Amino acid sequence: MGVIAIVLLWLRNLFAVVMLSGAFSLTAAVLYLVLDAVDVAFTEAAVGAGISTVLMLGTLALTTSEEKAEPHVAWGPLLIVLVTGAALVYGTLDMPRYGDPTAPIHQHVAPYYIENTKSDTGVPNIVTAVLASYRGYDTLGEVTVIFTAAIGVMALIGRRRRESTGGPGETGPEV
Amino acid sequence: MRWRWHGEQDKREMEHKEILRVITKLLIPMIMLFGLYVQFHGDFGPGGGFQAGVIFASAFIVYAIVFGVDISRKVISPSFRRWMLSCGLLLYAGVGVAGILSGGRYLNYSVLADNPVIGQHIGITLIEFGVGMTVAGAMITIFNVFANQESRDD
Repeated sequence: MGVIAIVLLWLRNLFAVVMLSGAFSLTAAVLYLVLDAVDVAFTEAAVGAGISTVLMLGTLALTTSEEKAEPHVAWGPLLIVLVTGAALVYGTLDMPRYGDPTAPIHQHVAPYYIENTKSDTGVPNIVTAVLASYRGYDTLGEVTVIFTAAIGVMALIGRRRRESTGGPGETGPEV
Repeated sequence: MRWRWHGEQDKREMEHKEILRVITKLLIPMIMLFGLYVQFHGDFGPGGGFQAGVIFASAFIVYAIVFGVDISRKVISPSFRRWMLSCGLLLYAGVGVAGILSGGRYLNYSVLADNPVIGQHIGITLIEFGVGMTVAGAMITIFNVFANQESRDD
């Protein structure tokens, strides 16, 4: 993953960048799989590696596929990024070890879900039970976000072709 | 240098790519079947409405890439896409309201049937279906909007 990320930084051809970021997502999906987060890995592979890549290609079709070379190295932003990254890495030192059963996240509501999902909902996949039932509000919010995103895209750029082909009365080829 | 998928020249080139077209036609039913499997098997294995929606949408997107966006619009019309987009969300919210009408709280599925576990099952299946519909509709819509843009300086 690290290698892909560094190569991504150096490449100027955006088509290769899009393909590599797809590969990056796929590697991330494998990482989630290794961490036993099957549902997350599934989503990453489907959305990160699949749909996003296609949407990026769609954007490339509208713009150029070659990045303009920066004349100089921007030292200020580089410093900020490095400091922030170092702070984040420093923060991870305080985190409990991976898989530690006494970690706070495993003491809060997780035991309840693990013990009661079967009797409460009868659903064997706890992730589905949490997403759809225990955290139904959150998922409703997420679906609303996706809905709003689609509406926003339609409102922002879905209209351009209609304007160019016909007057306000005609609808033209709808998108 | 410019990359695109629905320029006139590309469209003519695409018509000669027999293997690509045949393989795509073979693959699309399998993608859709897998999407449905992920949708309705989400209770038991990994997956659920979100992933299923994306997989289902990818079947239509692959079709649009290989056969052209204009033809794909005849397969799934814009109004049907908008209908999918909104009805999924409405179905989700409606299940919540159904919970209130059956005497429970919003989005409490246990009251949907006499047996709370069966009620949960009904509720989860319905809202997952709603999620799948909205996500599939949203993904196809976003793709189509992007693909419909014409390059600015061609």
